[in-house]
Amino acid sequence: MRHDHVISAKQLTRGDIESVLDRARDIAADPSAYASRHDGALLGLLFFEPSTRTKMSFSAAIKRLGGGVVDMGPVDASSVKKGESLADTVRVIEGYADALVLRHPSEGSAKMAAEYVDVPLINAGDGAGQHPTQTLLDIYTIRENAGLDDLSIGIMGDLKYGRTVHSLAHALTNFETTQHFVSPDTLALPRSVRYDLHEEGASVKEHTDLEHILPDLDVLYVTRIQRERFPDESEYRAVAGQYQIDAGTLGAVADDLVVMHPLPRVDEIASDVDNTDHARYFQQAHNGVPVRMALLDQLLEGEQ
Amino acid sequence: MTSDRELRVSKIQSGTVIDHITSGQALNVLAILGIDGTDDEIVSIGMNVPSDRLGTKDIVKVEGRELSQGELDVLSLIAPVATINIIRDYGVVEKHRVDRPTEVTGVLQCSNHNCITTEDEPVDSHFEVLDDGVRCVYCDTIVREDLAAHILA
Repeated sequence: MRHDHVISAKQLTRGDIESVLDRARDIAADPSAYASRHDGALLGLLFFEPSTRTKMSFSAAIKRLGGGVVDMGPVDASSVKKGESLADTVRVIEGYADALVLRHPSEGSAKMAAEYVDVPLINAGDGAGQHPTQTLLDIYTIRENAGLDDLSIGIMGDLKYGRTVHSLAHALTNFETTQHFVSPDTLALPRSVRYDLHEEGASVKEHTDLEHILPDLDVLYVTRIQRERFPDESEYRAVAGQYQIDAGTLGAVADDLVVMHPLPRVDEIASDVDNTDHARYFQQAHNGVPVRMALLDQLLEGEQ
Repeated sequence: MTSDRELRVSKIQSGTVIDHITSGQALNVLAILGIDGTDDEIVSIGMNVPSDRLGTKDIVKVEGRELSQGELDVLSLIAPVATINIIRDYGVVEKHRVDRPTEVTGVLQCSNHNCITTEDEPVDSHFEVLDDGVRCVYCDTIVREDLAAHILA
């Protein structure tokens, strides 16, 4: 990987992904070996939208490498509230930190911000665009649980606005996978992602119904369908209800089906799935720390 | 044909004639050139003029004006077979076709209202040109329909 910015999963080659994943595996096996690796390094956190997992796991990752964070804090308490542009904000904060992590509600924000800074900038979610570090931990989880060769994966839920879906779909084109996209027509993949998958020659199938493909899957990646995507409550409930799973749904699947979710979930995975052998979404969330440690380690190595 | 066309749109002394514009796009060409009638430029427009090559075409003549590369780039997107004639002393001194660029900057607005380029940030819109449409390099949105509606004022 070039030691600069991480903006989109589209930029990641198979080699880039595997080198982060290999290092993450080494870190997970022996975290103490990395505990002082970046003593004194500071990671600038710029979260213009709420985040729990991504923000906390980046904080944990840099601290477990010996570094610390400088955090812009909530937008309401920052200069952004006074009308400061994103371009100015990142230019100021790059002077306080060795690398930046940005989450912003606008698509393309990370790409623009990266044009204004010299320290590595990591996109931690730009609107409905991309979320490449989520993808790295997703693929790590897939590799650990199901392998990445000859993989059949179902990706279900809000495929139109789901940035984790867009990044995952792009990254999986590097591997021998068949991607089954399952969603209502109104939340199907956006034209841009479809275009890229076609250009990459990816094996892609689209469905509106999970049931008939479920027995063929190695991995089922579930995402949340948000209420605000629908004009009214009843339509939301009717549609969202078709894309929920519970222990009963999984009754006829292969024993080794891996169920994942970027979290937070609402009710798209019933809690009775948690205790089955299929559930990997909490492990997936935990993997955020070693994977982000590996990524930060690579990026900060390049800075030294 | 020539005399018939001359009757419709008179010759100019010096400036630019944009010929073989896709029918119906003449006003959009003016928009690309930033011509809205508030300046002193003398402009002649022919719309739906008979054409041997195109069936019908639009034609725009602008006196005392030559086009920038950025203007030509966007022009090529809405009028891909347009020809540009530079006129001096009533004669054509240069004639060339528009080239389809590989990218265009600062001339089209992204159709995605949630794209960072539509906000109050110091960033120009920037599109990669595809075989069929354009693609925002910031948010990845692909615009295929009605490109002219996205021309920045």
